[in-house]
Amino acid sequence: MPVASISVSDTPLLRYTLRRADDALILGHRLSEWCGHAPMLEEDMALANMGLDLIGQARSLYAYAARVEAAGRDEDAYAYLRDVRGYGNLLLVEQPNGDFAQTMLRQFLYSAFIDPWWRAMMDSTDATLAAIAAKAEKESAYHLRHASEWVVRLGDGTQESHRRAQAALDALWPFTGEMFEVDPSERELIAEGVAIEPESLRAGWCETVASVLAQATLAVPQNDWMQKGGRNGHHTEHLGHLLSELQYLQRSFPGAVW
Amino acid sequence: MYTQALNIRPDSGERQLEDADLTVRFQARIDAEERIEPNDWMPAAYRRTLTRQISQHAHSEIVGMLPEGNWLTRAPSLRRKAALLAKVQDECGHGLYLYAAAETLGSSREELVDQLLSGKAKYSSIFNYPTLTWADIGAIGWLVDGAAIMNQIPLCRCSYGPYARAMIRVCKEESFHQRQGYEIMLTLSRGTPEQKDMAQDALNRWWWPCLMMFGPPDAASLHSDTSTLWKIKRFSNDELRQKFVDATVPQARILGLSLPDPELRLDEETGHWRYGEIDWNEFKQVIAGNGPCNRERLAARRKAHDEGEWVREAALAYAQKQRDKALAA
Repeated sequence: MPVASISVSDTPLLRYTLRRADDALILGHRLSEWCGHAPMLEEDMALANMGLDLIGQARSLYAYAARVEAAGRDEDAYAYLRDVRGYGNLLLVEQPNGDFAQTMLRQFLYSAFIDPWWRAMMDSTDATLAAIAAKAEKESAYHLRHASEWVVRLGDGTQESHRRAQAALDALWPFTGEMFEVDPSERELIAEGVAIEPESLRAGWCETVASVLAQATLAVPQNDWMQKGGRNGHHTEHLGHLLSELQYLQRSFPGAVW
Repeated sequence: MYTQALNIRPDSGERQLEDADLTVRFQARIDAEERIEPNDWMPAAYRRTLTRQISQHAHSEIVGMLPEGNWLTRAPSLRRKAALLAKVQDECGHGLYLYAAAETLGSSREELVDQLLSGKAKYSSIFNYPTLTWADIGAIGWLVDGAAIMNQIPLCRCSYGPYARAMIRVCKEESFHQRQGYEIMLTLSRGTPEQKDMAQDALNRWWWPCLMMFGPPDAASLHSDTSTLWKIKRFSNDELRQKFVDATVPQARILGLSLPDPELRLDEETGHWRYGEIDWNEFKQVIAGNGPCNRERLAARRKAHDEGEWVREAALAYAQKQRDKALAA
């Protein structure tokens, strides 16, 4: 009998994998929203390209989650049959595209974290995660480069682009702290060498961000209040709308194969 | 990057009397199946015809991203989502490639895009129809890309080198898209009754507009004669339309779907499938701007263009600053 929503077993590795898969899917979905509407055709291509990379990463991670859970599910069950509270992505990646500056700053802040994260995950004691990381790292390196170049162009472009880039940075900044959060279930995985300690990436992230923002003549926001909750399903209101679109067909025709 | 004009020629105006020798030699090269390259002499009308055709083709690829893009966020599985995004990205690539081919004839991409946005330039009428259900994504891949391939395969032998070479690459990708679309239709037609209805409904809505994609009947076509002489066009509209119908009828049978044409029948003598009367009035209305989505499609392109202006300006301003710095250093 087809079900409306699934409930997922709560084991540390499954939870860890699903959270990262959700990051990739939600950001990839956001980027796909640009397709056909970008400021220039080259960016239609680039945004779609990054979106495809991210959706590909999400699929690898969901497929691995299915193996870990061993409950007979596939990648689509996780993507299409969990509701907002079951999603564990970062609040940063679910933020709306806004203007091109907001999209690029979001991509930059995330990529500056996830690129070294993937590189570190290549040494994970979990062979599957390490293999996924080896592929994803090449992609995230490009995303970081592409987004950094745009942050610099926009920041050091015209007055208007500078104003928009700074506004986007200020709006997104409070969502960056969550990338370094660790909950108790992840502590075990870190101890086993499956996951990595995100705190170890903080100095590098701060350096990348400071250096690119300096080139872009943008000011690092002084507001250090950080929003969190995404990892435990406490999302912004944006995610529900995103999921209602993403999941529409699976919800409307339960059990159908597409 | 959204470039300024490349290779813009000074506007010489159309010379009333083109060198008769050159014209004869040009036609002889065409007749000998030689490719004409950007720096070769060519009659002004040849240049104009190709610029119009290639840029319309480019516009069609770009506007064509919109109806399919409409389902990117609602694709029913991750595999379908990735395939559709890759497909729409391919269309964008085709557009870029074709604008570059048109630029070799001396018009800039900016000029050509302005013609699209001002409503002066045309694009394929098919993209003015809405995508209402997921099955439309299957139908577009199967039928619209199928029709496009019929049109484009002969263009791989077009006399203008850059266009012919662009078409070789484009056709390879379109064939892949067509198989993907057909596979969506196959999945739906073998799915639940609701899915099969969805597939049949999409076929009903897209069939006739797809037959119109080949353009007016031969008797009424404006451009065919010189295009044929110049080997830009190798088959007439009606010939291509017939090839498409003949190829598609058996495919629909395999799907277990029926084509929405009560007059469709096999002509035993010729082996061709004869089809009913096409509503050319509908075609004229869509071309004239009165299709169901003409306004939305152009509005979406204009919006992307207008809202992207500050981004393009920023990129230019930044590049200028870098050049100034390099000069000062």
